[in-house]
Amino acid sequence: MTAQGIGAAVKRREDFRFIKGDGKYTDDINLPNQTYCYFLRSPVAHAAIRNIDISAAQSAPGVVAVFTGADVDASGAGGVPCGWLVTSRDGNPMKEPKHPILAVGKVRHVGDPVVAVIAETLEQARNASELVQMDLDELPAVVNMKSALQGGSSVHEEAADNLCFDWELGDQAATDAALAGAAHVTKLDLVNNRLIPNAMEPRVAIGQYAPGTEDYTLYTTSQNPHVIRLLMGAFVLSIPEHKLRVYAPDVGGGFGSKIYHYAEEALVTWASKHIRRPVKWTSDRSEAFMSDAHGRDHLSHVEMAFDADNRIIALKCETLANMGAYLSTFAPCIPTWLHGTLLAGQYVTPAIYTNVKAVFTNTVPVDAYRGAGRPEATYILERTISKAAQELGVDQAELRRKNFIQPNQFPYQTPVAVVYDTGDYEPALNKAMELADYAAFEQRRAEAKSRGKLRGIGVASYIEACGIAPSSLVGALGARAGLYEAATVRVNPTGSVSVLTGSHSHGQGHETTFAQVVADKLGIDIGNVDIVHGDTDKIPFGMGTYGSRSIAVGGSALVNALDKVIEKGKKIAAHLLEASADDIEFANGAYTVKGTDKSKAFGDIALTAYVPHQYPIETLEPGLEETAFYDPKNFTYPAGTYICEVEIDPQTGSTQIVSFSAADDFGNVINPMIVEGQVHGGVVQGVGQALMENAVYDDNGQLLTGSYMDYTMPRADDVPSFKVATLAGTPCTHNPLGVKGCGEAGAIGAPPAVINAIVDALKEYGIDHIDMPATPEKIWRAINAQPRMAAE
Amino acid sequence: MYNFDYVRPSSVSDAAQALSNNTDASLVAGGHTLIPTLKQRLAQPSALIDISQLAELKGIRSDGGNIVIGAATTHAEVAGSADVKAAIPALAELANGIGDRQVRHRGTIGGSVANNDPSADYPAALLGLGASVVTNRGRYDADSFFTGLFSTALHPGEIITAVHFPIPDKAGYAKFEQRASRYCLVSVFVAQKSGGIFSSGETRVAVSGAGQNGVFRVAEMEQALQGNFSPSGVSGIKVSSANLMNDMHGAADYRAALITAMAERAVGAASA
Ligand SMILES: Cc1cc2nc3c(=O)[nH]c(=O)nc-3n(C[C@H](O)[C@H](O)[C@H](O)COP(=O)(O)OP(=O)(O)OC[C@H]3O[C@@H](n4cnc5c(N)ncnc54)[C@H](O)[C@@H]3O)c2cc1C
Repeated sequence: MTAQGIGAAVKRREDFRFIKGDGKYTDDINLPNQTYCYFLRSPVAHAAIRNIDISAAQSAPGVVAVFTGADVDASGAGGVPCGWLVTSRDGNPMKEPKHPILAVGKVRHVGDPVVAVIAETLEQARNASELVQMDLDELPAVVNMKSALQGGSSVHEEAADNLCFDWELGDQAATDAALAGAAHVTKLDLVNNRLIPNAMEPRVAIGQYAPGTEDYTLYTTSQNPHVIRLLMGAFVLSIPEHKLRVYAPDVGGGFGSKIYHYAEEALVTWASKHIRRPVKWTSDRSEAFMSDAHGRDHLSHVEMAFDADNRIIALKCETLANMGAYLSTFAPCIPTWLHGTLLAGQYVTPAIYTNVKAVFTNTVPVDAYRGAGRPEATYILERTISKAAQELGVDQAELRRKNFIQPNQFPYQTPVAVVYDTGDYEPALNKAMELADYAAFEQRRAEAKSRGKLRGIGVASYIEACGIAPSSLVGALGARAGLYEAATVRVNPTGSVSVLTGSHSHGQGHETTFAQVVADKLGIDIGNVDIVHGDTDKIPFGMGTYGSRSIAVGGSALVNALDKVIEKGKKIAAHLLEASADDIEFANGAYTVKGTDKSKAFGDIALTAYVPHQYPIETLEPGLEETAFYDPKNFTYPAGTYICEVEIDPQTGSTQIVSFSAADDFGNVINPMIVEGQVHGGVVQGVGQALMENAVYDDNGQLLTGSYMDYTMPRADDVPSFKVATLAGTPCTHNPLGVKGCGEAGAIGAPPAVINAIVDALKEYGIDHIDMPATPEKIWRAINAQPRMAAE
Repeated sequence: MYNFDYVRPSSVSDAAQALSNNTDASLVAGGHTLIPTLKQRLAQPSALIDISQLAELKGIRSDGGNIVIGAATTHAEVAGSADVKAAIPALAELANGIGDRQVRHRGTIGGSVANNDPSADYPAALLGLGASVVTNRGRYDADSFFTGLFSTALHPGEIITAVHFPIPDKAGYAKFEQRASRYCLVSVFVAQKSGGIFSSGETRVAVSGAGQNGVFRVAEMEQALQGNFSPSGVSGIKVSSANLMNDMHGAADYRAALITAMAERAVGAASA
């Protein structure tokens, strides 16, 4: 390890510009002659559109154009596509109703865009939008998933019963048999509350059309510009890819919500051709609440069976997953292939069966949000095993330990399709218990009790599947795209390096970590490495950043490209040093003839490649630039144990997290400081889900939590100083860096740790479960509805 | 935001004049309630008359048994005032718990009191201390000033100039935050004073955040504390939930329980 190489806690290079306000975000881009778009959105959840009168708006001051769904339809544009096909257990494909760019015929959720008003200024566009007459015939709103499936109002004609798909995984007969013969069965109904992503930067899109060349450019806040180019170019606007550039510059957080292709991106691009001027749209925060895809929103019933020796023998889980009003880009895969496949967790569970029904409702579409399916699965598993421990009268940590997959069982084939390549779960459990001082907890509980407070401790041992994933596998599971990653290493003549990566950084710190990999491999200074991302005109075709895939997949592509550079350099060095290429070694930035002191610095080789005066020109091309596409062989499987300790004020029901310990196995680590930061951020989001965040719709489908006055975000004073340990762990066995990914772990492991701690604190009241978010009122209500069990 | 004229008067009487000249004009002080409303296009004033810089509305002074706070004094100034901290520490604490640092450096006591948000902090202090609201036209007791949700006894065009707080023997404040906004889900201000400057009795208990009609007093708690000024004096008293707010942030019965809890804590925290 060098001071800048793999394993070094290098400070984030990009922060210099972010902290100084020199970042360049999409909204910082202003094009000559640009117009402004304001979307008039549906004020109601469900209605037939009788008429839209735009005439007054069209003649309002400054208005350039006003478009409705009929205009978009007439141009032949397609709907917003879905990127993943899920097949129901009866063999039928999921219902996939059209998602128009602007509503046609019906509006299907509050915030559904209906009219696009384009004007010289945003104020003029907004003023004109107030002149649009929308004549809507309100229909009963479909809000609650259970009643949605019982018929009545339908969100889409194509799915009269509001069922999108009915999917299953695992062996139902074996699972039922094991449940029937079990010594103990723990049952639980769980809510995975709906979350609103709230990236710090709201979405922005600018469409630009160049009539001379018929080229389009879309500037957008995206986690994956090539995915947007593919989806919008091929499926929505029929723009050939060589005529469409998608550029996502600095992006202020995504958490999944900026993966998807959104209607606004398509509309501004489409409109820029119609009016022959750039069209800019910037979401305000209120719009973000009702138009960014939401996360989670599952209802699950789970049954976990144990034998007489407290070993898990089966798990059965039935889930209703809310899709919202339309299928967002990856929505169908979240509750299925990213959820059902994780239900083995860290445990040997011989039989697992899960059934998932996906439901259309008159709410904002739901898609991946930090963790995407895996937090939901982990919550199911980890809540249930702690409840089982309480019922069986055993320690929650020890029940986990007893059921862990053992190190000698890897690679481990789970009963839910995936194969874990490597893992070792006890060290993380032990480390978390040590950090949390688990052994002395009962003393702390007693001390708290003397102050009138209820203390509880909660354990959660998570596993996640990261680095999505082998293209052949995801293709078989319904993905409509490959999931490799690409990297180009462009060595410049003077020896500096530009990396063009398909991964996208929107908070992760790639400009630092990817540069560390380059510095480490080539032995050059990190200051001589630039990481270029986000622009389809510059970077090779790549799939972007989500699912903690950047270092595991994008980093692997980078390593392979670097290896190609090093190999080519060997041939150049061999020529200069008059040796055989087989005798050249590369280390510490220099090519050396084995066993001699004859050597050439990497910079000399780079210069020779571009100034090939002395060069093996018959057998080798000049230049030093290599590209690699890396398609992983498997997911990676980070795992760890989190322990949360809470103190509850029984009088008000409010919970304070007094301690939070995290022990993670992320395989090899490139930058431990950034990894720790990712754990911190993830845990805070997990705490947010567990204690406060919740998107609430009323019975009419109005979003009641449409601003920060009503939607509770976690804040710094809601969490303690974390105790985080990143273990040496078990390096991934199938990628060149041995890395697994760390971006989502915190959000996956934290919610069950927090809820388990709360339930533990409340057990003296006979409380065995509390739903997320565990608000003070919910806890107060639970305490007051139950008779006190223990004598004071 | 719709367009409006911006007026910066040089005195309170100028401001009053400007208000009467402009139909649909609105005063603006810190702007931390008004500007968000304008941004959402929920109001369309013809002009904003900015009183935030008027010297006659600023400042804090101690005046024979009273703390007098100018209407355009920011929450941060109240929180940091040595006079307030010495005379009514609970009031300084209350001001220090409003919003965040930015809010406290813009928002003013006059704006907060005029707005009478049912979840705001200051109304509890005014009612709990038996303060009076002084305007360019007259003077109101807190008891008659707060008349309902977002409504006060102010007449159109009337400008608050200062709030007079009698200095109590003891006062305490406890706030249970609505967790998203961090306004009051329930807050309770208690104060006790011998000598009977208060209009009724010597002990006052005022509740913000919970009442369907905004801030209110709890007579039963006041009586109990009169004889026994300790947390146990109020711990057995439960306010009826009939007139309490009932929304997704807190059902009426929960708010009722919190009133008792916050009253206990406010009494426990009360200091001279
Ligand atoms: C993020 C945030 C968090 C907040 N948190 C809290 C909180 O925890 N607790 C809390 O109590 N408040 C909170 N507030 C509100 C804050 O305290 C406001 O600043 C205050 O309520 C209004 O004061 P202002 O000076 O900003 O008034 P403005 O917004 O300028 O005016 C408000 C209204 O009062 C009128 N007005 C202003 N001054 C006078 C006057 N002298 N005479 C007559 N009418 C006048 C105006 O015409 C307007 O109608 C918060 C606000 C924000 C933005």
